[in-house]
Amino acid sequence: MNSPRERILARLKAAPKAAAPLRPDWTPPAYDAATRKARFKSMLEASHADVHEVSATDWPERLKTILANKGVGTMIYAPGTDAGKLLAGSWGDSPTRLVAYDRPVEDFKDVLVSRADAGFTTTKGGIAQTGSLVLWPTPDEPRLMSLLPPIHVALVEEASLTDSLAETIRAQGWAGQMPTNAVLVSGPSKTADIEQTLAYGVHGPKELIVLLIGSVSP
Amino acid sequence: MVAETKKLEFGAKAHVALNDPKLRANFRRAMDGLMTKRAAQFADVAEWTSLRARGAAVRANALAKLPELLEQLEANCRKNGIQVHWAETTAEANAIVLGILEAAGAKTVIKGKSMVTEEMHLNAHLEKHGITPVESDLGEYIIQLAGEAPSHIVMPCIHKNKAEIAELFHDKIAGQAYTENVDELTAAARAALRGAFAGADAGISGVNFAVAETGTLVLIENEGNGRLSTTLPPLHIAVTGIEKVLEKLDDVPPLLSLLPRSATGQPITTYVNMISSPRKEGEKDGPKAVHLVLLDNGRSRVHGDTELRDTLRCIRCAACMNHCPVYTRVGGHTYSFTYPGPIGKLLTPQLEGLDCAGDQPHASTLCRACADVCPVKIPIPDLLVRLRTESVRPTSPGAVKGAGSATSATETLGWKGWTLLYASPLVYRIGTRMLGWFGNLMPSSAPMLKQWTSVRTKPKFAPKSLHELAREKGFCDE
Ligand code: SF4
Repeated sequence: MNSPRERILARLKAAPKAAAPLRPDWTPPAYDAATRKARFKSMLEASHADVHEVSATDWPERLKTILANKGVGTMIYAPGTDAGKLLAGSWGDSPTRLVAYDRPVEDFKDVLVSRADAGFTTTKGGIAQTGSLVLWPTPDEPRLMSLLPPIHVALVEEASLTDSLAETIRAQGWAGQMPTNAVLVSGPSKTADIEQTLAYGVHGPKELIVLLIGSVSP
Repeated sequence: MVAETKKLEFGAKAHVALNDPKLRANFRRAMDGLMTKRAAQFADVAEWTSLRARGAAVRANALAKLPELLEQLEANCRKNGIQVHWAETTAEANAIVLGILEAAGAKTVIKGKSMVTEEMHLNAHLEKHGITPVESDLGEYIIQLAGEAPSHIVMPCIHKNKAEIAELFHDKIAGQAYTENVDELTAAARAALRGAFAGADAGISGVNFAVAETGTLVLIENEGNGRLSTTLPPLHIAVTGIEKVLEKLDDVPPLLSLLPRSATGQPITTYVNMISSPRKEGEKDGPKAVHLVLLDNGRSRVHGDTELRDTLRCIRCAACMNHCPVYTRVGGHTYSFTYPGPIGKLLTPQLEGLDCAGDQPHASTLCRACADVCPVKIPIPDLLVRLRTESVRPTSPGAVKGAGSATSATETLGWKGWTLLYASPLVYRIGTRMLGWFGNLMPSSAPMLKQWTSVRTKPKFAPKSLHELAREKGFCDE
């Protein structure tokens, strides 16, 4: 009984037992396909994100235009992902330069912290109830690309939308395979610490651009 | 001595706060807004009722299995590569954090928002040992610049208005012009903190929920500073109270649906960050080492009482303080301790002792507004009454730290006399007669009367008692 661990656990174990209550039924919301998509979009837009409906083939072109219109000089991307390959392969001529996040952060910090204007990531899904993107970083697609640059561009497939987080966790079997870091993103970085006045981009991205790939390609 | 000063503090400080029109206005505006936003989120009463029942059960379940779940959490964290430490006291927790930082040669630390590190006074401890902690949550950054403590558990600088913050930034940030434009102020903080993030040797964060099933730390926030603090530096230390554990990943969604909606009226926070391990082989970013510090600091004692245990269900949403007629008028600093408002006056005396913070359970009207909005159904007013009782009539020894500390000889004597008076018709009759004759001669400074009359007019005894008047009218006593 010498360690704090043992003493704390001993005290907790000596406490009178209370029966663990059953968790009463609770049903997260469910939507039909059309409502699901509409809700996903409107919730994201309500949290100040920009949602564009795109197709599986035209999205790199569409993105090029969006970024050019915003005057984005540099976008970091993950060269190892399928989306990254498609992006790099079809980028061609554009005022926006693509920079690959292909080495450890220690060698890339400067680009991340002060040089990149935008970061591009894929998503593992979208959640209609709250308008959230599920980010599931991998060795190919690191964590910081969605966070440090002033603009975050995220690619979501309509087919990956679920109604609620509860459904996502079950449907995608999260409990058995949590990654180093899973993140839900619902809008750009914001704060209301000064007189409850909303301000965007306090530490993370000021803008969130969502490319939503329809289930039926036009 | 310390106990004595603390005891006097709430009442005295409350008077000062009540006479501060600026503070009153800052809180009024903020709390009115938060109440309206929360109400809009829970307009569907059926949904609120079932979600809340689920949320309360999830937390009660975790507390019923607390020791087992902590062991499971520890084992799963270790399996995932997270190093786990246990601390009985805040001093131990501070020493653990400092030890980890020193072993890593860390000199600068970037912090995400964390109430438990406020509870530990971690910043002061680190500074004393030559380590510079920088708060990165905008609200925390503002109060760190001002050298103050948080006045609210979700919105730490809610007591300040734009002009005060503009002044502060102008004073403390080199080259910052005076501006009350919120976007410009926010941009100034972003610019000032970027370098701190990039240069930090370590990041420190709190934890909202720790999932035993998977060994996952869930952190929620809007700014992204929490994600940065836990991703950019090579070392991440998470600190949490031992009560924050949940059994399953499935337990996260209902609580996540309750917390931000209760707190700020948002459907969800911008970021929900789930950390399960340090950087793995082949990954390009994330800290190379993650540590989890589990802090007791009296929580296991609270857990030892099956009634008071409900206190530990708290998910720190702050809805109770936003709705408390006392908190909304006096603000968080009046409470003198880390956790203000209804949850504070319930938690603080249990962690610090009734001898130290025994006045806090009295700083309540028992109007039940806190209980009505608490998303995990903590019966705060009932537990406040229990603590009031404990301070004069302790139940089982050791159940509450400092129980019995408010017992006074005069009061005990007073109650004994009262009992005597009411138990014998003769003494009662003589007593009331005497009070009718001489009661009004009693000075308001008399023992026991003194406190009562400090905020009330002294009661005036009628020359004749009700019994006498009734008898004169011809009613019979029996
Ligand atoms: S006691 Fe209830 S309402 Fe108050 S902060 Fe805790 S969970 Fe929220």
